[in-house]
Amino acid sequence: MNSSRRRFLKSTGLGFLALGLPPAFLVRAAKAQQAGKGKVMVVVFQRGAMDGLNAVIPFKDRTYYTLRPSIAIPEPASGEDRVIDLDGFYGLHPALAPLKSIYDKGHLAIVHAAGSPDNTRSHFDAQDYMEIGTPGIKSTPDGWLNRYLAEKKNAESPFRGVALTAQLPRILAGSASALTLSSIDEFRLRNEAMAATLQRLYTSTSDALFRFGGQSLFAAMAELRQVESKIPVSAERYPTGRFGASLAQIARLIKADVGLEIAFTEIQGWDTHVNQGGAKGQMANRLKDLAEGLATFYRDLGDRVEDVVLITLSEFGRTARENGNRGTDHGHANVMFALGGPVRGGKVYGRWPGLAPEVLYEGRDLNLTTDFRTVCGEVISRHLGQKELAKIFPGFRTASAPLGLIV
Amino acid sequence: MSTRLTEEQKVVHFLNRTSFGPTREEVQKVNRLGIPAYLEEQLHPERISDSLVEEKLAGLKTMRLSSRELIELYPLPRQQAGQQEMMGQQQMQGPRTVILELQQARLLRSVYSQRQLYEIMVDFWSNHFNVFSAKGADRWLTTAYDRDTIRPHALGRFKDLLLATAQSPAMLFYLDNWLSASPNAVVARLAPNNPRRGLNENYARELMELHTLGVEGGYTQKDVQEVARCFTGWTIRQPRSEGTFHFEPRIHDTGEKLVLGNRIPPGGGMEDGLRVIDLLSRHASTARFVSLKLARRFVADDPPPSLVNKAAEAFSNSAGDIPTVLRTLFDSPEFFSPAAYQGKVKKPLEFVASALRTTGADVQLSHQLLRYLGRMGEPLFLAQPPTGYPDVGASWTSPDMLLTRMNFATDLIANRIPGSRVKLDALGDKDAFARLIAPDALSTATRLALAEIEGSQAIALLMAAPEFQRR
Repeated sequence: MNSSRRRFLKSTGLGFLALGLPPAFLVRAAKAQQAGKGKVMVVVFQRGAMDGLNAVIPFKDRTYYTLRPSIAIPEPASGEDRVIDLDGFYGLHPALAPLKSIYDKGHLAIVHAAGSPDNTRSHFDAQDYMEIGTPGIKSTPDGWLNRYLAEKKNAESPFRGVALTAQLPRILAGSASALTLSSIDEFRLRNEAMAATLQRLYTSTSDALFRFGGQSLFAAMAELRQVESKIPVSAERYPTGRFGASLAQIARLIKADVGLEIAFTEIQGWDTHVNQGGAKGQMANRLKDLAEGLATFYRDLGDRVEDVVLITLSEFGRTARENGNRGTDHGHANVMFALGGPVRGGKVYGRWPGLAPEVLYEGRDLNLTTDFRTVCGEVISRHLGQKELAKIFPGFRTASAPLGLIV
Repeated sequence: MSTRLTEEQKVVHFLNRTSFGPTREEVQKVNRLGIPAYLEEQLHPERISDSLVEEKLAGLKTMRLSSRELIELYPLPRQQAGQQEMMGQQQMQGPRTVILELQQARLLRSVYSQRQLYEIMVDFWSNHFNVFSAKGADRWLTTAYDRDTIRPHALGRFKDLLLATAQSPAMLFYLDNWLSASPNAVVARLAPNNPRRGLNENYARELMELHTLGVEGGYTQKDVQEVARCFTGWTIRQPRSEGTFHFEPRIHDTGEKLVLGNRIPPGGGMEDGLRVIDLLSRHASTARFVSLKLARRFVADDPPPSLVNKAAEAFSNSAGDIPTVLRTLFDSPEFFSPAAYQGKVKKPLEFVASALRTTGADVQLSHQLLRYLGRMGEPLFLAQPPTGYPDVGASWTSPDMLLTRMNFATDLIANRIPGSRVKLDALGDKDAFARLIAPDALSTATRLALAEIEGSQAIALLMAAPEFQRR
């Protein structure tokens, strides 16, 4: 706490609050001094490993059709259930149709053959590596989104980093406080009379795990009570299910100006070993949920989309060749989406490595040509304004020239 | 804290780790029998009568039905949702009942069973050998998985349990092995529309990564493929009507395989998979990995290597006898060390069950309690990834989870949770209650707060406090 605030607390007789938390009005006063509205980065994790080759299809690479006799998406032509052409080489899965107009407007970019360079095909390890931001090194104690929060100390809003998940994800774990929130409207103690006592127990305990979670919790509840009348309800109808609901909450937090900088959510069900489907079916249903969620989020943000960049991550891609069960097994490189006002969209980035047997990674998977940290690093430096990336992605030096993903 | 636990702390600590939370009756019983005799009794659940649980479960009739009967009696409401619908928790009325009863039974047993250590082990193995009960046919297969696969072996030999899971329709379906076939199989080539046309690596990989060796246990991508070849033909007879294990020689890969340096000769059948089960269950990495996980469950998130070594040795020397490994853990000085005391964070099931046990709540079939477990992050039988639910504190202490726990504690004591009833006048005084949670280990802040309030509010506060979130 800086000295002027300490003086202020004393002189107003609010010293007891220093034990716990800065009152919300002080936080807001501090925020008001910062020029402009906050920039926000949203990260969506597609857990289970999306099949990038069937999400953004390299339809001009004929090998794609040879490798996937029963699950390939037919090339663009009139009629339904075909690839939606983007640039004459790549196209979108038909279930991603809601994203096409955003791409055309220049607010959606795609990076193909992107992902983590580590060769693990374990979901758990690969997700971990992507979340701690150091592929191949397990001992990293914190997540890279948390390191961003810790490095760039802005106003002390309890809403700087929020995961719309029950469990605090690895990517947001670390020394900076981060919030988990499953519902804005139910984020309150049901026994208000006990609030002050519980706050004291949790914020003063020597048990670090609970002190840490407790401090975030009580700070956020206090702040939320101050602003809740101003938090707008969603103007748009999101697709039903957890993913849509979480994006709706993120949009509300952005519009409420509570100091959100980093938001995280996830969408499950991508581990399509069996009966993955083609233009219709299991994976198409997941893509539909993803695309409708993202498109609704985009519309819902309105003008505020200028402050927001959303990116997608998934732990690895899937085998280039379909397996014996009309599905795909664990592979390597994948596809990433970047959506938002500041995104230089309408383009598929990344070098295409090809699908011929001799260029496949370990003889079976799409090779990697863009490290996910290159993409995330550009969002952090160009959009969030944190130029120094060495602490956020230690040991990583981007090999390639910048993609130029952010305006 | 002093360098040794007091006798009272030892008893509470022991019950915190070997049961879903101490009750006054159990503390008295341990005091009467002594810890070693009490432990031996718990290691022989077949000798403990459990009539109260049987009475409580009597109304859950799906628990006694075979997979075939469940499929017949609880069909999907509209026969259209097939494979494509993975999440599938919304529309199903029929199989929804099956999963709900399974969840109810798990919660009731955690609260009321006299075979507490056994129930802890069932929970442990359910996560170690996780299946996601909302995936396709697993909606009807998980009941038998719990009853006929996990429970008979939860305190038996690891190898028997491993084999039982490998042959269980629920696991075969969840990790897709039922469809894995030799690419050269004649049936596969003759019927191009048959979905069984080639190898599926899913089970083979998780078998080594999660069930036996551990991710650093020393296997390669090539081993994954070879193990997958060994298990071709391990399938399910009619997963949507009969749902039993079946070996289908016509889709088995009969070629030679090399698994972890061991040659498996050509011409084999089901014995190829049995060879792999045998190899893996005797592998030193398996002894280590399973022992590490058990030490993590019973002793500390990051258990001392000395303890893991001892447990792994006991595992190897006893050919994977689970009670032997448990005795080694409970006999160790590491187990009763002050560092271990209150060192574990309760998972949501452990938190909810311990709250219901310590308050002596009367629990009936309750959707509300299950919903609370879901909001705390542990909807039972619904962990989607094959890792199951995590067993380290940092996974269960997010702000949202803490809030839900505090709300649960106050709702429970206010009798605001339908299906559970706490007799407020029988709760006893707050000091006696505190001694059941963490004798001589409440923080100053908690003691001061407790001094200011009385009655049921004091109990609610204790259960919402940080100390009760630990065991």
